[in-house]
Order: sequence, then C-alpha cells, then structure tokens
Amino acid sequence: MEIPNELLYTEEHEWVLVDDGVVAVGITDYAQGELGDIVFVELPGVDTEVKQTEPFGTIEAVKAVSDLFSPVSGVVVEINDLLQDKPELINQSPYDEGWMIKIRMSDTSELKSLMSPESYKKHIS
Amino acid sequence: MDIKKTALYRTHQQFGAKLVEFAGYYMPIQYKGINEEHLRVRQSVGIFDVSHMGEFFFRGPRAEEFLQFLTINDVNSLRVYQAQYSAMCYENGGIVDDLLLYRFPDKFLMVVNAANLEKDFQWIQEHLFDGVEFENPSQELSLLAIQGRYALDTLQKVTEVDISKVDNYWLTEGKVASVAAMISRTGYTGEDGFEVMLENSQAEMVWNAIMAAGREFDIEPIGLGARDTLRMEVKYCLYGNDIDHTTNPLEAGLGWITKLNKQQDFIAKQALLQIKQNGLSRKLVGFQLDGKAIPRHGYKIVDGQRQIGVVTSGMFSPLLKTSIGLGYVPTSHAKIGTDIHINIRDRIFPAQIVKTPFYQRDY
Repeated sequence: MEIPNELLYTEEHEWVLVDDGVVAVGITDYAQGELGDIVFVELPGVDTEVKQTEPFGTIEAVKAVSDLFSPVSGVVVEINDLLQDKPELINQSPYDEGWMIKIRMSDTSELKSLMSPESYKKHIS
Repeated sequence: MDIKKTALYRTHQQFGAKLVEFAGYYMPIQYKGINEEHLRVRQSVGIFDVSHMGEFFFRGPRAEEFLQFLTINDVNSLRVYQAQYSAMCYENGGIVDDLLLYRFPDKFLMVVNAANLEKDFQWIQEHLFDGVEFENPSQELSLLAIQGRYALDTLQKVTEVDISKVDNYWLTEGKVASVAAMISRTGYTGEDGFEVMLENSQAEMVWNAIMAAGREFDIEPIGLGARDTLRMEVKYCLYGNDIDHTTNPLEAGLGWITKLNKQQDFIAKQALLQIKQNGLSRKLVGFQLDGKAIPRHGYKIVDGQRQIGVVTSGMFSPLLKTSIGLGYVPTSHAKIGTDIHINIRDRIFPAQIVKTPFYQRDY
C-alpha cells in the first residue's frame, strides 16, 4: 500500500498535494483498492466553490458508489478531464494520473486539520 | 457469531483475494478485479469457490412425493442424473428460495442459497413428510464452479469420465483428480461450465489440480463480485435482490419453472393459479441506462414525479460497457423499447426496457 510522504490525507481517504495556495486532490491507493474497478467519476466544474469536509463529487465503482469530500475550502481551478473517459486511471495511478481536481484555498490554516502520512497509515491499519 | 471459512480459505489468501463476510462465511469478493475476472470467464475460463451454498439430501420412499409438494417445478419429469432449476414458495406465492434439484439413483440433492440456509432448513422441517430422511451436510461439502468456453477442456484433463457426454443440466458421478465427486453441467454465469461437489478434505487439492489443468487456457480464480455481474448479464435472478418473499415466480419471469398443471398439489398452487388468472400487475424487466451513472438495488423507477417501480439489480456491464439493470415495472411499461426513468441520488436518468438476456453465448 503506497502512502507518499509528500502528501497530506483526510479521514475519508483523499490525498492533498500542496503547491503554494493551490492543492491537487485525489483518492488514496487504499481507497481505490477498497472501491475496486472504478467506472465513473463525477467532478464539479471549474469555478465551483467547495467547502472543507463537504462532498464535491461522486465516484462509482462496479460494486459501490461513494462521495468525494473536499479536504479544504476554496474554488475549483482545474479538473482532470482525462477521468471522464479513463476513470480507471484512478485505479492504476491514484497519486499521479488519477488526480481529480485542483482547489485554490480560501483558508490555508485548514491544512492543519489534515493527517500526516504517519497518521493516515495508522488510520487505515 | 463466528464467521465460517470454506475449506479453500487459505487458498484464497494465497491467490490474493479480498475476503469479505457473506452469508456467514469469509468469501473472496475479488482477486485481481471484478472487470478482469468477469471478462476472463466470458473469454476463456474461471474457477469459483461456492462452498458457502447449502446442500440438502432427501432420501426414502416418499422423497419424490415430498419434493413435488415442496417445490414448484415438476419433480416427476426429473430423470436420474438430471438437474432442475426450481423454487420453494410460501402459501401466498412469495418465494422462500430458488434452488437446484438433482436426482441421483438413491436420493435427491437440493442446492440452496447460503444466505437462506437456516430459513430453508426450518421451512422444510415444518413441512417434512414421514418417510423422508432429510440431511444437511452443507458444512462438510465443497462446491467448485468451472465456467467459460474452456471449462470442458480444462476439467476433462483431470477426470476420466467423458464429460462432453454430460448435457446441460445433467450430472454424473466420477473422480476429479482421483477424488470422488459429483460433476454437473450447471452454473450461474451464462457460459458453458461445470460444478463439482466433493468433500472438504480434498477441496484444496482438487482446486490446485484444476488450476494447473487450466493454465494453458489462462484460468483464473473468480470472486463473488464477478459472479454477480456475470449472472446479471444473463438475467439470472439473485435471491434478496430480484426475488424474495414479496415477489412471486410468475412476475419474476420464472413461469417456465412454475408447473401449475403438474398432477400433484403443491404449496402455493392456489395462490399462483389466482395470480395467473388475475393477470400480472408487474414484471421483472431488463433495462439499459444512458448516462454516466449506475442503477443500483433499491433505486426508484419513476415516471415524472411518480414512482412506478424499483431497481432490483444494476451495474456497469464489463462486457457491454454500459449501465444495465433489472427491476419491476407495471405490466403496461414492460414492453421492449419502453422509455423509463431511474432516480439515482435524486437525479433522473433516462433508460429503456431492452431484450434480455443482455448477453448470450455464441458457442
């Protein structure tokens, strides 16, 4: 199970890559493994406002549907269009090609509430 | 309650299965992934551990008479070494369970759903005739399913019985990898295939022998996840999803196993005759959904603001690459080509009633 060191994590199994005031968001290797084969992802449009801990989209796997929860508050500035036709990228490359959205944060202090790689590792064990 | 393990629990772990609790057992839901396993069975061959299924034996002079009373299909027409799909119903026509009945020279075998085993056992006990010996050896028996276009070639390599002579829905007794077994040409996938019943102590050895025999056809172990998607593409009913105590076999499309004119009386006969006479109010149909969403069990089928039915099974078909589902709709909406709508988390998606099965094998 891969848990990259440079990322922050949520209890709902999203990961966050911080780059100045913008974060990239996806779901963890653990999450994609639990979901199994992913067939659809529904993401918000660019300019959508999102709030920390609130749903920003849904993910449909063969066996289950699951909400995606925003790790921070802010505005969506970019979405990964590739996932519309190739949702399996989330299974194949959850931390890289399977990224979902980028959010410009409205309150960077929210990052303090996210989990470190060590805490996330404990969370899923 | 302790979760039970099949004789192949360790084998599944070795193959990297994700094991989840199902019907009181740790069962493999998937190994490499549902899509891949699904396509493996459609394109070549796969092996399933379905040892959680329940097995009942019926012996004695009145066994046939009892089963004729208990089940809705015609047991008199069942020949020695033949298998029959059937069901038990409540007095009101609701379904207790669907099942396979096998006739041996000296006994009958009934294979029932794992999740219903206790309930079925009670139901049978309550109605049992004197002169019938009823046994439940479920925990001592393993059941393997070998399914796919290369199932015959695979299994033939480990048995001396000429299994090409065993027709669909017939069975034989013989040795598989030198172990005494029942071999039936049955399955739950829509492919050609066999099911092998044997004692637990030999299950791992026989599994490994079949895996080795199937290597040239790229055999893989298949989990319950793909078992569900495979059966859905051929519209085989799943108890608890498409049929249950609130549904009757006629509306579920199981009229072909409901032998209302068999000679002897049977439980539910009056109710089912009445239902047939009144005409069906709803039918189980297959539909295809346009749009990027998956219909799932319990979602509403709607017409404008009004609910007209319910989705009983749904998925994204790994083979057809589209969302499909099964559900009950009023008879007026059951015709092929009818437009319906599905409420998926409060969004409405158009769907269309289509011909079933969604998939039919071409060999």
